[in-house]
Amino acid sequence: MRTFLLIITLLLVQTTVYAADANIELKSLRVNLNNQASLQRGAQLFMNYCSGCHSLKYLRYTSMAKGLGLTTFDGSIDKDLLMNNLIFTSSKPHEPIEVAMPDVDARQWFGRMPPDLTLTSRERGPNWIYTYLKSFYKDETRPFGANNLLVPDVSMPNVLVNLQGEVIAAKNKGHSGGQPPLKLVLIEPGSMTQQEFDSALKDLVTFLVYVAEPHKLERYSLGVWVLMFLMVLAVFAYLLKKAYWKNI
Amino acid sequence: MNGLLNWLDARLPIVKVWKEHLSEYYAPKNFNFYYIFGFLAMVVLVNQLLTGLWLTMFYTPTAEQAFGSVEYIMRDVSYGWLLRYMHSTGASAFFIVVYLHMFRGLLYGSYQKPRELIWLIGVVLFILLLAEAFFGYLLPWGQMSYWGAQVITSLFGAIPYVGDTLVTWLRGDYNISTVTLQRFFALHVVGLPIMFLGLVFLHIVALHKVGSNNPEGVEIKKHKNDKGVPLDGIPFHPYYTVKDFFAMVVFLILFFAVVFYAPEMGGYFLEHANFTPANPLTTPEYIAPVWYMTPFYAMLRSVPDKLSGVMVMFASIVVFFFIPWLDRSPVRSIRYKGMLSKWMLGIFVVTFVVLGYLGTVAVTPTKLLIARVGTVLYFAYFILMPLYTRLESHKDVPQRITK
Repeated sequence: MRTFLLIITLLLVQTTVYAADANIELKSLRVNLNNQASLQRGAQLFMNYCSGCHSLKYLRYTSMAKGLGLTTFDGSIDKDLLMNNLIFTSSKPHEPIEVAMPDVDARQWFGRMPPDLTLTSRERGPNWIYTYLKSFYKDETRPFGANNLLVPDVSMPNVLVNLQGEVIAAKNKGHSGGQPPLKLVLIEPGSMTQQEFDSALKDLVTFLVYVAEPHKLERYSLGVWVLMFLMVLAVFAYLLKKAYWKNI
Repeated sequence: MNGLLNWLDARLPIVKVWKEHLSEYYAPKNFNFYYIFGFLAMVVLVNQLLTGLWLTMFYTPTAEQAFGSVEYIMRDVSYGWLLRYMHSTGASAFFIVVYLHMFRGLLYGSYQKPRELIWLIGVVLFILLLAEAFFGYLLPWGQMSYWGAQVITSLFGAIPYVGDTLVTWLRGDYNISTVTLQRFFALHVVGLPIMFLGLVFLHIVALHKVGSNNPEGVEIKKHKNDKGVPLDGIPFHPYYTVKDFFAMVVFLILFFAVVFYAPEMGGYFLEHANFTPANPLTTPEYIAPVWYMTPFYAMLRSVPDKLSGVMVMFASIVVFFFIPWLDRSPVRSIRYKGMLSKWMLGIFVVTFVVLGYLGTVAVTPTKLLIARVGTVLYFAYFILMPLYTRLESHKDVPQRITK
């Protein structure tokens, strides 16, 4: 009974899909999984900036290498390339992409274990991840000195601050109902320009979309053949039906 | 070859069954679009059984490993992603096909005498299908799987006195846990499919005993030639086997277009929230069942009292059993029924779709009001049926199928 009441109450109160999120418009992003260079840059960014805390535990390093095209001329996985550039833990290539950080430490530092990101792009969508990563700003009241417009009081530090530069949230002048109360302003440039940073984020999101469903491109290409076969079969099936039904 | 057939036929009624149910089973010659969905339901059933069999080989039904094993199927098992998408798309396809099949029954009065039993078995099959889908939905062990099962099992807690005990008994635990998952798994892969197959068999045997209805609602067995063949009937094989084959290929084109290009169907076939593993400590902000259960869910939510809500929801399904006796019209087909029947069926279909939509979104006061009106209209279709089918004037049904 209590669960039911709780759920009904939640249903009545709830108006947006993610309660924890502030109601800001998601920036839209077009992801192209066929761009293997972008995927590789995204993987590099992920392994350098995210993989310390976030696992991709449903994906193996070897599967990733195959998807990123890290293969030698005979089609087998280029293990040296993989080990030297993308595996920073003691994992072996066939193992899943786990984090080295112990759960107990994570709880002490961040209050929770940082979530696994394998399926985040299927759960929240690429636009959400992109918007989230672009919504960090400096906030000294937070333990790690950073806050986020999309997920207020997020426990994650702004790990990309060196690339993006220092961003603060300023009051939106002439703020009215339609506009968000805060807007983000870059006050100190990082190692990348804004365009470079956006493009790097796009690479990262593209990589995460790939990670969520490694067989997506295979799905698209196999689908063409299956549908073409069925369409040809449909023509003959129709002719057969017509031939039999001629006299009815 | 002939020798083998004779040897077999002396021991098994092969030729007899072939003749009785295919080559000399006479079906009305005027079947239209709506008459393919029974066959398509069988196609989907075969798809579910085969893909399900293979998925069972790789799936692990424990709370710790279920979610991971589904991702293992999606990534490491060869073509596991295809099997899983065919199975998940098949679940939705099953309901699309079955809802259209049921709509056909309502449209042409296929439940009327002498086909009441076919209809009753069909309603039991529909209930089994809902149960099968519900049990299967827990298996991926995502957030929505978990909380959906939590909500639906908690509904039984509304029953006075025994409710709480019953819920614990159903779950096998105080919450949804590995114990629950394992019994749902057993029911999903063995228990219900066996019952389902048995009833599908009876559904078809009962149909072949009395013969098919048709869009005109004319009884073709009334006019036979001197050999006893209905004048407006044609043998099921080859005429309807080739027609159904063509229909199946067209259906498969649509089916595989979804499997390959939109298996999530914008979150309707595979819900976004189900890509997070079940977490008993965090309730999702918004719990909604998959689209095929949302009309009933909307009715449940529209009633403020829990017990009454549950009763309304169960009544909305059980009421289908009574249709053969609620319809007092002397004619079967909507083509010859009066305006009232046409309007009521139209309103019923629109109501069902609107309720289905309302069940997928969060409740607001306006939407709650619409859901309540919808619930009343839904039941009005059934409860008022004896009145409007008797009061309205109907057209005369021809003796033969003319074309």
